[in-house]
Amino acid sequence: MTKKREEIVEILDESFEISLAEICRNYTVQAETIIEMVEEGLIEPLIEAEEHSSVHWRFHGPSVHRIEIALRLQRDLNVNLAGASLAIELLEEIDRLKQRLRIYNEEKL
Amino acid sequence: MNYQDYYEVMGVKRDATQDEIKRAYRKLARKYHPDVSKEKDAEKHFKEVGEAYEVLKDPEKRTAYDQLGSQWQAGQDFNPPPGWDSGFEFSGGGYTDANAAHFSDFFEDLFGRGSSHGFSGAGQQQGFHMQGEDHQAKVMISLQDAYNGAERAITLQVPKVDASGHVITQSHTLNIKIPRGITRGQRIRLRGQGSPGMGQGKPGDLYLEIDFEAHPLYRVENRDIYLDLPITPWEAALGASVSIPTLGGTVEMKIPAGSQSGNKLRLKGRGLPGKVAGDQFVILQIETPKAKSEAEKKLYRQMEEEMKFNPRSRLGV
Repeated sequence: MTKKREEIVEILDESFEISLAEICRNYTVQAETIIEMVEEGLIEPLIEAEEHSSVHWRFHGPSVHRIEIALRLQRDLNVNLAGASLAIELLEEIDRLKQRLRIYNEEKL
Repeated sequence: MNYQDYYEVMGVKRDATQDEIKRAYRKLARKYHPDVSKEKDAEKHFKEVGEAYEVLKDPEKRTAYDQLGSQWQAGQDFNPPPGWDSGFEFSGGGYTDANAAHFSDFFEDLFGRGSSHGFSGAGQQQGFHMQGEDHQAKVMISLQDAYNGAERAITLQVPKVDASGHVITQSHTLNIKIPRGITRGQRIRLRGQGSPGMGQGKPGDLYLEIDFEAHPLYRVENRDIYLDLPITPWEAALGASVSIPTLGGTVEMKIPAGSQSGNKLRLKGRGLPGKVAGDQFVILQIETPKAKSEAEKKLYRQMEEEMKFNPRSRLGV
């Protein structure tokens, strides 16, 4: 099946914003799950309009990616949120180091 | 249909205990988890391991599977003998964690098509709605395309549910616009290009992660481009203006007098475009011409006489 029309592309970078409600809908998760991730320090909302209300929280692209990975790691590997957060931070550090290494190494890693 | 050797997939003996199987599964799941693993085909392995565990962790399914005998080789053409499963009841549940939609035909023929959500069939019932699954894929693009932006046709293998409720794989070609200035690791979302939804459920989305093809000249970090630039000893010593290739075309750059190998010069804003454009870094590499003719050798000897240069003074020798 070939589609000729051009697809609408969204870049999920820092300029991409999504609301808490949309995240809950897209990933079929409870708002509490996302709030726990914020409390864990895994992701940060862009604005906290009212100190105690998460209703207005918005997140940018990289946070959405972290949410997805955290959900998959918890589901597939039986780790808790703290464990998933630790794994994600280490994975991102490995990615940064590999990128640095590539600059100094001719060979592809 | 090909026979699947679940014991081989899990790396355990046929007489392994349930505990050994569980340990093997946990280990392999971590090793091949697509978010964690950098191995090629990690996703394929992860699904195979999930399928093998689905069978071996359940004593009833395992016993039935064992009944097929151990004479089969993985990949061998296989049809279940008639009545092989008499006395076993697999339908309706038992698919706890794994997503059975990814299981092989072999599994499906033996145990039927399960579902991770506790309903049977592929959701053809009236009134049942579920959003389709999201899909992830990696796309390799050239650095030049990232710099200029481009339109590319990409072909993906996408599972689809056919009229009879079976999941079939279809190749699906999408024309996508690669935005100018996209970088490695960035993700783009194509709405509604994942799996179809069930009932009135919306289709899932397709996520593409960008990676760059290796470039013969440039290396990339975020939006910055790195280039090794060979220069002559006299260009390094006396300074010079040289031509430098960049993604946007050739530019002139001044090399300051007294440059050394490894010095890094910056061409501001010549990296990948973006809100803040990246820079191009030029790393100098002094190349020494070979002294082939007598005249050339004489020049080097003359330098030795005149320059009194000991690059090893720091080493105390």
